[in-house]
Amino acid sequence: MRIVVCAKQVPDTEARVTVGKDGRSIDETGITFIINPYDEFALEEGLRIKERLGGQATVTMVCVGPPRAEEALRTGLAMGADAAVHVWDDSLAGADAAALALVLQAAVTQLGFDLILCGRVAIDDASAQVGLRLAERLGLPHANAVTKLEVQGSKLVAHREVEGGVEVVELPLPAVVTAQKGLNEPRYPTIPAIMKARRREIGRPGLAGLGLDAGKVADACRSEVLSLAPAPARKGGRLVAGEPQEAARTLAHLLREEAKVL
Amino acid sequence: MAGIFVYAETKEGEFRKATGEILSRCRGVADATGEPLVAVVVGPAPEDAPRRLAPFGADLVLHVEGPGLEVYTSQGYAWAVTSCLAGRQPAALFFGNTPLARDLAPRVAERMDAALHADCTGLAWEDGRFVFTRPLYGGKLLARAVSRPGHPVLATFRPNSLGVAEVAATSPAYERVQVEVPAGSVASVVKETIRQVAGRVSLQEAEIIVSGGRGVGGPEGFRVIEELADVLGAAVGASRAAVDAGWISYDHQVGQTGKAVSPNLYIACGISGAIQHLAGMSSARCIVAINKDPDAYIFKVADYGIVGDLFQVVPALTAELREMLVRA
Ligand SMILES: Cc1cc2nc3c(=O)[nH]c(=O)nc-3n(C[C@H](O)[C@H](O)[C@H](O)COP(=O)(O)OP(=O)(O)OC[C@H]3O[C@@H](n4cnc5c(N)ncnc54)[C@H](O)[C@@H]3O)c2cc1C
Repeated sequence: MRIVVCAKQVPDTEARVTVGKDGRSIDETGITFIINPYDEFALEEGLRIKERLGGQATVTMVCVGPPRAEEALRTGLAMGADAAVHVWDDSLAGADAAALALVLQAAVTQLGFDLILCGRVAIDDASAQVGLRLAERLGLPHANAVTKLEVQGSKLVAHREVEGGVEVVELPLPAVVTAQKGLNEPRYPTIPAIMKARRREIGRPGLAGLGLDAGKVADACRSEVLSLAPAPARKGGRLVAGEPQEAARTLAHLLREEAKVL
Repeated sequence: MAGIFVYAETKEGEFRKATGEILSRCRGVADATGEPLVAVVVGPAPEDAPRRLAPFGADLVLHVEGPGLEVYTSQGYAWAVTSCLAGRQPAALFFGNTPLARDLAPRVAERMDAALHADCTGLAWEDGRFVFTRPLYGGKLLARAVSRPGHPVLATFRPNSLGVAEVAATSPAYERVQVEVPAGSVASVVKETIRQVAGRVSLQEAEIIVSGGRGVGGPEGFRVIEELADVLGAAVGASRAAVDAGWISYDHQVGQTGKAVSPNLYIACGISGAIQHLAGMSSARCIVAINKDPDAYIFKVADYGIVGDLFQVVPALTAELREMLVRA
């Protein structure tokens, strides 16, 4: 079984993110990047499926991202991925979800796959659409926000989070699955595995190797960021003093009379 | 351009909150451009859909139904939406940012060859185009974005963020579109839906959220949180610490790896205010913090705070509010 995991690098959740000089992207100076947590769930699931199949599977990690994203792929290899593919071209900076789906389609098609695993959402742009666009482009079914996954021969049984409950869906392979928190607890790579991953080959097809070029990427973009700005900072308000009863009474009145939220 | 379309999602027979918010916010643009404002309902719909959507200024309710649309499937619904809109040259198609829309809209966007601006908190009409505001990087930054011209404009909006605009009520026309989802176009089969909670206020639509964190101390500690929530008709939220401890299920988690919410009032109890938690709730209109540590970071973002033991303060607040709301 050929499993492809699409993963992205994102700023650490603790990172202080500021706007770059162009006013449309972030200033990456000093930022630590991590594998998007949801993509890590996807990768971990790929590795577990392989283990459950007694090793009768390959797990390939694909990442579209600037040179720094190589680190994410090395981490993936150290966790146990069999192969890693890094796609980058300067024309991809600022590419939107529509363009990324095009690039990933080319990459996964070239690799060949039975199952594509993605994160449900990336925590940087919170756009939550690349995986599903990819499924649509490939004409494949998908299961979104999956918290439990089982491969049964040529089909998948997935538990997916829906509002107020869980939906159990069955879908034939090949298919796209997006990982939700709760699917698994990603492993930590061991030190020897990290050392070994440093020396591993990483595939770098380049846009040309995928039958694409800068023009095609630009043509596929459907959105444009006009500007980025820091969100208005919240200021601390007032502390309501007094014994619990008294403080609670004052607060209740403030919420109604001053804040007008009740 | 022929229409601003709003996907009118229903839940338990009611239209979702964001439906009215988006429709009413688009009324002005519809007037300015002469575009009809159309609510699209797919699958089962309330009998009196036009009457229910009239207060929000809809011109037309388009009801798409037929075999294969009895229950939601992403492939079936994506097909239905796009084939129904195909001949109508939509200028825009907007959704509330609900779990269903997050599953549906990306496929629709791909089929319509369009951008999808996801989880927007703001909408403006400037120089003849829609401009969207979206929180990025856990709400640390706000982006203003547009779609490239020549394609329909798609977006999902976080419930509560647009609010309902005051518009004159309309008497929407009603058009039924019968379709049949082509055999074999939906590959996935829903085997079972396990309802965990019915009739609860959805976290993302709730006007008030009462959240508990590690300070709640255990699953039984959430009882005081729930009691306050019940008095307020509020939803219950949680920090990741409380979720990871297994005290409450993940669908209650607020934050960068949980849900992003924009309620009118957010009451954080026993929550320290970690950056990843703030990512999910800092767009609330009013934040209240109840925490025993006067130095907790949450007080730096809260509009009102009480320093104290939540097991004393929260029940006192519940009693106070119960009395106040009964009197009102
Ligand atoms: C990648 C990543 C993603 C994350 N995503 C999220 C997310 O989506 N959502 C999220 O919430 N967190 C998230 N976190 C975790 C986050 O960093 C914090 O660990 C978490 O929010 C802390 O939860 P807490 O405030 O409940 O617990 P703590 O930080 O332990 O705070 C507990 C608070 O309760 C107070 N307290 C204790 N007892 C009482 C009492 N009796 N009365 C009153 N106050 C009391 C304490 O003073 C303290 O301030 C994420 C972390 C990472 C690394």
